[in-house]
Amino acid sequence: MATAAAAAPRTSGIRFGRAARRYGWTIAVYALFAVLMVVTLIIKPDYGAFEWNTLTLAALPLAFAATAQTIVVLSGGIDLSVGPLMALANVLALRAMLGHDLGYSLIVALIVLLEVTLAGALNGAIIVLTRVPDIVITLATSFIWAGLALLVLAKPTPGVPFDFQNLAQGSTLSAWIPNALLLLLVIPLVWIPLRRSRAGLAIYAVGSDRNAAFRSGVNLGLSRVLAYAVGGFFAACGGLALSMTTGVGSPLAGTYYTLSGVSAIVLGGVSLAGGRGGMLGPVAAAYILSLIPAVLIYLGIDPNYGQMIQGVLIVIVVMIGGLGVVLRRA
Amino acid sequence: MSSRAAATARLVQQNSIVVLIALLVALAGLIEVIRPGAVNANWVSNILEFAAPLGILAAGQTLVVITGGIDLSVANVATAAAYIMASQAPFGVTRGIVAGLLVGVVVGLVNGVGVAVFRVQPLIMTLAMGLVVTGTLNVYSQAAVRSVPGVPAVIHTLGSGTVLEYVPVSLFLWAVLAAVLIIGLRGTGFGRLLYALGDNQEATRLAGVRGWQVLLTNYMACGLLSAVAGIVLAGTVNAADLSLANILLLPSVAAVVIGGTSIFGGSGSYSGTAVGALILTVLNSVLTLLDVPDAVKQVLYGAIIVLLAAAYTRVLGRD
Repeated sequence: MATAAAAAPRTSGIRFGRAARRYGWTIAVYALFAVLMVVTLIIKPDYGAFEWNTLTLAALPLAFAATAQTIVVLSGGIDLSVGPLMALANVLALRAMLGHDLGYSLIVALIVLLEVTLAGALNGAIIVLTRVPDIVITLATSFIWAGLALLVLAKPTPGVPFDFQNLAQGSTLSAWIPNALLLLLVIPLVWIPLRRSRAGLAIYAVGSDRNAAFRSGVNLGLSRVLAYAVGGFFAACGGLALSMTTGVGSPLAGTYYTLSGVSAIVLGGVSLAGGRGGMLGPVAAAYILSLIPAVLIYLGIDPNYGQMIQGVLIVIVVMIGGLGVVLRRA
Repeated sequence: MSSRAAATARLVQQNSIVVLIALLVALAGLIEVIRPGAVNANWVSNILEFAAPLGILAAGQTLVVITGGIDLSVANVATAAAYIMASQAPFGVTRGIVAGLLVGVVVGLVNGVGVAVFRVQPLIMTLAMGLVVTGTLNVYSQAAVRSVPGVPAVIHTLGSGTVLEYVPVSLFLWAVLAAVLIIGLRGTGFGRLLYALGDNQEATRLAGVRGWQVLLTNYMACGLLSAVAGIVLAGTVNAADLSLANILLLPSVAAVVIGGTSIFGGSGSYSGTAVGALILTVLNSVLTLLDVPDAVKQVLYGAIIVLLAAAYTRVLGRD
């Protein structure tokens, strides 16, 4: 946690141990990603900027879905409506942007961000006010958001303005730095100031020990609603990312992202018990989860195996994580 | 809270099943008001027929929730069990049913090993297994079966046949399973251990219980019940496609919550869940009668579950 940084100077051994514990998992995730990339290069020697661009495009919505889930989980909750929120943002954007230019689309995007942030805040407010467990409320609201998305747009419709799509699909700086990679900067731009603020610290505090947070004067309800609202914001980013990367508004586009988002944060080292984890791990995990289907295609394996392998990978990862806990206790 | 309100709350707490049944009757009354004459023997028969698969699916969910866990793979398991049953049925119906049930037991076993032995959080373990099951099923359907397999006649009868014109065959199966669950949870050591584990895992360990064996068995039972639910559902809708039971995931959790089982574990009953399943089925019937688009139905369904859960939590004062 951030407060640890203020602790009195210790011997370097302890500091190293703590750093290893704190960042070990994140480093391992990046190492796994690196290994996978090397394997990919071996399998497909002509892997180039185009393939890298494809990967960043595929990973962009998932990275946002994972970020949305991370902030909620850090606050001790879980949001099973991230996917439908993304779909809602996606179809709202399409409905309003259809046949307009870039400037208009950007204004639409801002309004959609605001709307879906409010939807996320509503998730949180319902949970705090009714005191019904997060999982039940967000499972139920996932139906509400998905239903609303269907009301906005009955079936998948193409027509996201090309200039808006190019915000993600092009490579303005260099072929190896696609725009889809740069768009990830939205995450630190929002997350770093938030984490350093009182509100961000409060979210961590509520997630790690609700009683302790309450006794320290943290406004529990407000912190949790804030976490869900920021979650809604990132889900909206994910929905807009879907608009940019696919060019289509689809009311069912989100279904995949709820589960994959949770998978990404678990792989990324965020504790589902709350209060532990950051954003670096989940983003790398989103890249890993997006790379697997691509690798399967390069290997000539039916991409249908993708889902299965993702699931197996997550089972193995969480079991190893669990084994660590069991062994430490013994 | 005034003393009268407190007394009412206590009354409701002690007789939650009565309140649930009253809600069920009220919903049926609502249907009668919307469309007079709609509530008849035929309607009741239909409701029971469609509530049976959900009730059985929610039975497994109840077992897991009582121990403080949750199983998000029940719908995937039900779908997979039904599909594999149907695709293996041409080689013998018994073989098909056994294969389908095996799916449930195996997935339950893996879930159980993950949760009980490796201490993985139930939510993530079952979510991941759901992915594995669905992914494997997709691969299987591509590789082994080209067309959607048909449902054998026996299963069709089990799922949608009736005795004496109005009594669904599946009701008998549901009733037997319900009796086993209700008696098993209250009257057997295993049942009481489930409550104990849900209430305080550490205390049960100190009392000398091998918790992992209980949890492992429990997840296997949940998997088995999910598989049964999937097979019954395939009979009810007379089809076994790749997304058969997926819509039942939320209702399976909602039935448990509405039925008064605490999502944190340690308390609850199957009788509540069974009535919860009936309430959700009747609710669906109300929404169908309203003749609104599917999207609106979905929104209302979600909103009503939020309201029911909120009202329930408020009245029972659970946190």
